[in-house]
Amino acid sequence: MVGPEAGNPAAAPMESAVKLGVRDLQISYGRETILDDVSFDIHEHEIFGIIGPANAGKTSFLKAVNRMDMFNPEMTVGGSITFNNVAVDKIRNVYGLRRRIGVVFPLPVGLPLSIYDNVALAPRLGGQKNRAELDIIVERCLTRAALWDEVKDRLNSLGSMLSGGQQQRLTIARALSQDPELLMLDEFSIAVDPVTTMRIEDVLKELRSEVTIILVTNLVQQARRLADRTAFFLEGGCVEVGLTEDLFTGEVKDQRTRDYVEGRFG
Amino acid sequence: MERQSTGAVAGVDSSFDQLNRDWYIDKAVQILVFLGGISAIVFIIGIFIFISKEGFGFLVGDFNFREFFFSPNWRPTSESRETFGILALIAGTASVTGLAMLIAIPFSLGAAIFIAEFASGKTREFLKVTVELLAAIPSVVWGFIGLAIMNPVIIQTFDVPVGLNVLNAGVILGLMAAPIMTSIAEDALKAVPDRYREAAEAMGATRWQVIYKVVLPAAKNGLLGAVLLGVGRGFGETMAVLMATGHSINIPTSVFDSVRALTATIAAELGETAAGSSHYQALFTIGIFLFVITFIINLAADLIVRGIRKG
Repeated sequence: MVGPEAGNPAAAPMESAVKLGVRDLQISYGRETILDDVSFDIHEHEIFGIIGPANAGKTSFLKAVNRMDMFNPEMTVGGSITFNNVAVDKIRNVYGLRRRIGVVFPLPVGLPLSIYDNVALAPRLGGQKNRAELDIIVERCLTRAALWDEVKDRLNSLGSMLSGGQQQRLTIARALSQDPELLMLDEFSIAVDPVTTMRIEDVLKELRSEVTIILVTNLVQQARRLADRTAFFLEGGCVEVGLTEDLFTGEVKDQRTRDYVEGRFG
Repeated sequence: MERQSTGAVAGVDSSFDQLNRDWYIDKAVQILVFLGGISAIVFIIGIFIFISKEGFGFLVGDFNFREFFFSPNWRPTSESRETFGILALIAGTASVTGLAMLIAIPFSLGAAIFIAEFASGKTREFLKVTVELLAAIPSVVWGFIGLAIMNPVIIQTFDVPVGLNVLNAGVILGLMAAPIMTSIAEDALKAVPDRYREAAEAMGATRWQVIYKVVLPAAKNGLLGAVLLGVGRGFGETMAVLMATGHSINIPTSVFDSVRALTATIAAELGETAAGSSHYQALFTIGIFLFVITFIINLAADLIVRGIRKG
């Protein structure tokens, strides 16, 4: 799946469509620039890892993708991001954009609705009213998020009453519920135990055939396990983008990347 | 990669960027909400313009700043020389409100802390319902309690000739303001996340220490907002104050002196003035003054509550 782009990892290979194109991206909060001069393409059906220490701009990048900069008047986004080759900052209907992009935030947010309603929320927003269809979606998404077995007997209890790890899986199920074309996970495993993390990782590998995934992670090894290509963000810039294996086998262009993945700093 | 596109142009998929029904509904709601918000501002400005217009003639004519604010003589119907000094009225309103707050703040904060931190289950539900019920008592009923019950009680207990005075009105107003203050203060305490309490309790803090060191500081702005709301209530209250103060112009030297409040003066006299007369316009000038004071109190409360969101 990743072979052809080995020559120039930052460029789009001809046979793989660009899902998300990032050009000269600059993100600032007020006068402080937190991400500058970032350019890369994310291809359809790949898992794209983003690693880097705290405050490297990883989360801000995700916010810029689905136009959550709208919520923060301080945040300005320069350069361009394209989704399906459409510039996201030119989009008139941002809700339509967000319905194609699923996001999972680091801290789980179980909405104060029943477990069922949490997962059925997005399909219902999209106009799905058929109970049988919703049942299927809810079961499929909860199964994929490795939560179905634990909650199938109490789908009507409150989602906000689940434990932290369960809420995180509920959040993932919710993000999957509108069949996103792009799934962005921001340190999803932060509140999840290792066994469950592994189960979700297996699901992500399966999802790759249907969805493009951006995986922001603190765990370097998680990026290695999952990501086809990985970008390394450091101090407000993207140090390098490459095949994940290359980053770990020493085929790196930048010494800082080597130091980071080998755990010498960060 | 079976679902791949066949060329660069085919990769453009802007189908999600349709201005569909949901989008139009969203826009329509945004406009409606905007009009709703704007209308509130329009109404307030309209009221202010109306009051100002009615009081304007007085402000440019007979109005004498020194006399208005520093003379205790409110003699709007004097045959020989009319004087419009509201100092005594300000003193009346301020003394009654001040006493009311002295009574209401400890009561309402105590009640709020008890309901939010100590009471549980049925006690708590019962107390909340009761407090809300108290807040719904009409002010004329409170005024009646002041006249019919407090008045003789004060005369007998303190052996004073008149029981309609600062003490009476202050107690009545305090009791009136306490329920709503309790309600707001309790909301502020409840808004403090439980994890703050758990973090403090985990360090061995006693229940009182948790409240005093963690919960109250965290809820500080909301509590201050509750107090300011009470002050605003005290300034604006009319009927109960009219009935319980004795309604006589006086700069009080003790709590047993009868006083007269700004609001009560407007309520009692406006109906008997000729529209457009100096007296009528002076009453509207009092209205402007009250409007400005309430505006300042509300603005302060708003700035403080905004502090909550930032903190």
